[in-house]
Amino acid sequence: MKRCICITLAAIAGLCLAAAAPAGSSAAEGKNVILATTTSTQDSGLLDALLPQFEKQAGYFVKTIAVGSGQAMAMGARGEADVLLVHSPADEKKFMDEGNGSRRQLVMHNDFIIIGPADDPAGIQAAANAPEAFKLIAEKNALFISRGDNSGTHSKEKKIWESAGVKPDGQGWYQQTGLGMGQTLAVAAEKKGYTLADRGTYLSQQKNLGLPVLCQGDKSLLNVYHVIEVSPLKWPKVNAAGAKAFADFMVAPDTQKLIGAFGAEKFGAPLFAPDAGKAVESLGR
Amino acid sequence: MELVFDGIWQAIVLLVTLDRETWGITLLSLQVSGAATFISLLIGMSAGIGLALAEFRGRNLLVSVINTGMGLPPVVVGLFVTIMLWRNGPLGFFEMLYTPGAIVLAQAVIATPIVAGITVAAIQNLPRNLRLQILALGATRLQMVRLLMREARLPLLAAVMAGFGGVISEVGASIMVGGNIKGCTRVLTTATVMETGKGNFDIAIALGIILLGLTFAVNYVLTLVQQHDRPR
Amino acid sequence: MNASSVILELNNADVRRGGVRVLDVPRFRLRRGEIMCLAGPNGSGKTTLLLTLSCLLERAQGELRFKGRPVAGRESALAYRRHTASVFQEPLLFDASVYENVASGLKLRGVPRQELRQRVEKNLERFRIAHLAGRAARKLSGGEAQRTSLARALATDPEILFLDEPFSALDPPTREALIDDLEHSIRDTGIAVVMSSHDQAEALRLADTMAVMRQGMVLQAGPPDEIMNFPVDEFVASFVGMGTVLRGRVVSAGPDTVRVAVAETMIECVGGIEAGRQVVLCIRPENVTISAPGSHKADSARNRFAGIVKRIIPMGHFLKVQLDCGFFLSTNITRRSQEELGLVEGGSVVASFKATAVHLIPHA
Repeated sequence: MKRCICITLAAIAGLCLAAAAPAGSSAAEGKNVILATTTSTQDSGLLDALLPQFEKQAGYFVKTIAVGSGQAMAMGARGEADVLLVHSPADEKKFMDEGNGSRRQLVMHNDFIIIGPADDPAGIQAAANAPEAFKLIAEKNALFISRGDNSGTHSKEKKIWESAGVKPDGQGWYQQTGLGMGQTLAVAAEKKGYTLADRGTYLSQQKNLGLPVLCQGDKSLLNVYHVIEVSPLKWPKVNAAGAKAFADFMVAPDTQKLIGAFGAEKFGAPLFAPDAGKAVESLGR
Repeated sequence: MELVFDGIWQAIVLLVTLDRETWGITLLSLQVSGAATFISLLIGMSAGIGLALAEFRGRNLLVSVINTGMGLPPVVVGLFVTIMLWRNGPLGFFEMLYTPGAIVLAQAVIATPIVAGITVAAIQNLPRNLRLQILALGATRLQMVRLLMREARLPLLAAVMAGFGGVISEVGASIMVGGNIKGCTRVLTTATVMETGKGNFDIAIALGIILLGLTFAVNYVLTLVQQHDRPR
Repeated sequence: MNASSVILELNNADVRRGGVRVLDVPRFRLRRGEIMCLAGPNGSGKTTLLLTLSCLLERAQGELRFKGRPVAGRESALAYRRHTASVFQEPLLFDASVYENVASGLKLRGVPRQELRQRVEKNLERFRIAHLAGRAARKLSGGEAQRTSLARALATDPEILFLDEPFSALDPPTREALIDDLEHSIRDTGIAVVMSSHDQAEALRLADTMAVMRQGMVLQAGPPDEIMNFPVDEFVASFVGMGTVLRGRVVSAGPDTVRVAVAETMIECVGGIEAGRQVVLCIRPENVTISAPGSHKADSARNRFAGIVKRIIPMGHFLKVQLDCGFFLSTNITRRSQEELGLVEGGSVVASFKATAVHLIPHA
């Protein structure tokens, strides 16, 4: 019995040490960059394609915390992240105005699309633009699934409701999941509802959904990503050098080329359009 | 249903082809939860035994608190540990947030009350006079504790299993304090959540199956230890 | 009592639980080789006294001395406990083999393997459980388990053995056989024993001395027959099986005998108590004989009373007969005597007992 307990304890202790080892090695470098970003960049697989390049070039280890844009910016505003990659322009401006960020650069865009059941009960395919489509959904009381998580997608959706002059909150046909894009898409597919999605996540999940794109191409549906370095003046513990290196990497020509090509092979069309150096106003078709 | 078979196939493929990432995630899950369980055993068993043997005012209250702690929601633990570990938070100077160490810490917080609660029950469940009998046989206090633990070895190993089972399957705290960082803090549960989010249900199911297999393997080994050397 | 022959003494023992005094023993002595039985009803403090003596009760006040040296502090308590052993009502065996159990006390003391083996085997033989050595303790019968527990206690060669109602959970034949083997071992080794029991027969069988307890106090201590025949008060009297306990008043005192008035009747007794004192009269049932009314059997009994049979209570081998002779009187008869006398409830008999059969206790 005693021997048995000893062996068990030794085994557990061994595991414990083994677990401490990776923790130690990554902390010892002190070259961690905490990137707070939206689930859409992770779920689309873009970061998995870019980060190894950056880590190899710059020698930093990127800790990607994939959350909603709202939470990502809240982390930045507390100095808990070094750099943000987000897509919620109105909130980003507020973030900058409050002095939380030291630099904000345009990286890329894709677009949002409105998807829904193939039979399109609200008839939004006829709508001229996104607010029109939303108005039709509201008029027909057709089920709409919202992220409801203060993400970039959610704030874009709220904006469109505003332009449409509809207050969806509390309506029976308006449901909020509070989940990420991928899961919200799954819910919409299951319940046969409309939803607003970013094209990247939509394309990557298309195979499981059975919800066609019903409304797209509108300028108000642009989904613009910025990289923001968190201000080291406000939060001295921020890894400013790492943040700068990451931001520089994202707008560098080689990276931009990678972004422009990402997904082309798998989905037939690229998921993102590289925009470094452009003005936001010039985007859109 | 087809998805489940795809998942099982995927699990076999991932394991058999020695997919580096999958193995890394599996090993990390085992290490992190193993370390958390080990820490919770040190703290939880000492506290549980102390509490079961001691007699003082407020003891019942403390036992109730621990029993309540057995049901601590992992996300609540995750939230508090995150706030503590924020680099601008009270324990920020450790720079532990988004490291495996942070997951170990959060999981240890989750497992400790489970281990302590079961330990208290296990020791209290022994005949009351057994303690006196052991002392009467000439045992020191330490020898007495050792013998009591030996007598309660079945429920105590159950405590180990419950503690380990509680943390290896836990996702809320791990994702909050670990961040599901690839190659660093991605464990089986957080990877499953992420793959589900990505719509890769087959991989998610494969990870789930690996998790089940791992939990089963660990519990099987512990059960062998538990049932070992009981005289017939 | 020779001072050097005292192995264990306890002075001014005082144990309280929740503010209530559960043990109050100003003085207790145990001699080498003495077998003492603590007797008393449940809750009388027997177990508390045993635990205090074996130094297992925390927060017990009092001075414990082992071979003249005080036992105080953790170190000396441990050393003391390693010279003693305890067996409780339940066997309290470890979940291991019988052999492991018997060896456990020796293992705690770090006894070398060779010696351990010898001592375990000796005690397995002693309690006739050598054939069970490999058996799991939890698969033993009650008697086998208690034998294992006793073997485990004696394997450590204690100088004092504490037994707390060790046989009360066993059926009579098992108990008989076990008491035999235990007695043998005790006499063999010459160790001192303190045991508690609520069974007088068990106490009488083994004990050199007996202490009757009530409410945490020792009411009377001494050789069993002394306590049986000369109890110090009504409680001890009824506890040790005095069938008849009466209250009366001494009317006249002669040179050897006194006359005591009980209700309307005069009883003659031996004793030197002055007239006018209130007394308690105790008569053991076996000292009362009964005969058929009118039969003038010649006997030397000074007390003869006609009475009526109130109740006949079967007690197994014998019958307990309660009489009304103007006062309560209890006696035991065999079933055969009952047939010979034609005894029935409500029938008349003559009861007689000697003046020397009455034990008088001055009443406070």
